[in-house]
Amino acid sequence: MRLNYPSEVKVIQVPCTGRVDIIHLLNAVEKGADGVYVAGCLEGECHYLTGNIKTRKKVEYVKKILGEIGIEPERVEMYNLSSAQGARFAEIAREMTAKIRELGPSPVRMNDPVSEKKAA
Amino acid sequence: MIVADRKSLEEIQEMIKPHRKLLIVGCKGCVTVCNVGGSKEVEILASALTIARKKENNEIEIDTTTIERQCDNEYVSQLKETVGNYDAVLSMACGVGPQFLSEYYREQKFYPAVNTTFFGGAVSHGIWEERCAGCGTCIIHDFDGICPIARCAKSLLHGPCGGSSNGLCEISKETICIWDAIVAKKIEQGRLEDLLKVRPAKDWRTARDGGPRRSIREELTR
Ligand code: SF4
Ligand code: SF4
Repeated sequence: MRLNYPSEVKVIQVPCTGRVDIIHLLNAVEKGADGVYVAGCLEGECHYLTGNIKTRKKVEYVKKILGEIGIEPERVEMYNLSSAQGARFAEIAREMTAKIRELGPSPVRMNDPVSEKKAA
Repeated sequence: MIVADRKSLEEIQEMIKPHRKLLIVGCKGCVTVCNVGGSKEVEILASALTIARKKENNEIEIDTTTIERQCDNEYVSQLKETVGNYDAVLSMACGVGPQFLSEYYREQKFYPAVNTTFFGGAVSHGIWEERCAGCGTCIIHDFDGICPIARCAKSLLHGPCGGSSNGLCEISKETICIWDAIVAKKIEQGRLEDLLKVRPAKDWRTARDGGPRRSIREELTR
């Protein structure tokens, strides 16, 4: 199956979404990413039982932090899908990209000429 | 352990407003265990503050470190090479940490990043509760291991009061009446008559009421 998804999306693979920590998401925003999302397995289908559920809570926490410092919390999201749902993966990528495009560039990047170049 | 909560990012941002080069110091003691000021939380705070300042186009340089314990000069002294390189230092330890740091490094400015709340433990993942108020004269054996000083809103020695209803304390629907729990445990253990004993008024001089406290162990002093 060959599916197109927006080229702006950079995939970082992890063994389980449970490996994704609060600091990883924050670092992405800090370094100028306009948005970050975690694509985890469907709830109840985590190979490590609760990795995806724990990470959803971490994502919520990151949203809270961003809200507190005046950055749109919607720049960080969590999605759940199974590895068999290639079409859904592409759809989520499009959905997230469209949402971020609507929000515009991250205010972090706007003031940072270095990351502006890197993230562009 | 000592339990604390991180101050709001708004309050912290306000504190550090005038500074451009900051050190955040975590502590590997209690605040690591209650997930508020260990190396993980130090990195999160550093990143959040960096993002906030980048957004305001008023960049800040933040370094981080986490020492064994901030309530011990042996470890506090390990910062001596670096502490002077910053405009200010944000401590993520309990209130003892920034005080020990301020006493040791008189020239530097230290801020507390957390609000120290109580002595307690985790009753389940992510939930901590108060258990001890450090009254200086422990009496929990008389109450089958339940502390009425820390856990009763009125620190009653002969309870419950009239505010106890359906196992809850009158102060809030979220607070159990600990005297209800003490009585229930006494009944369960067949020792209800223990509570008939009239206790003399508690001597609060061993608690905070007696002023700042000090503990001297001659065999350890040098
Ligand atoms: S009786 Fe005093 S020392 Fe003992 S647990 Fe209660 S407050 Fe702490
Ligand atoms: S209701 Fe119970 S816990 Fe609350 S003040 Fe009265 S005796 Fe203490």
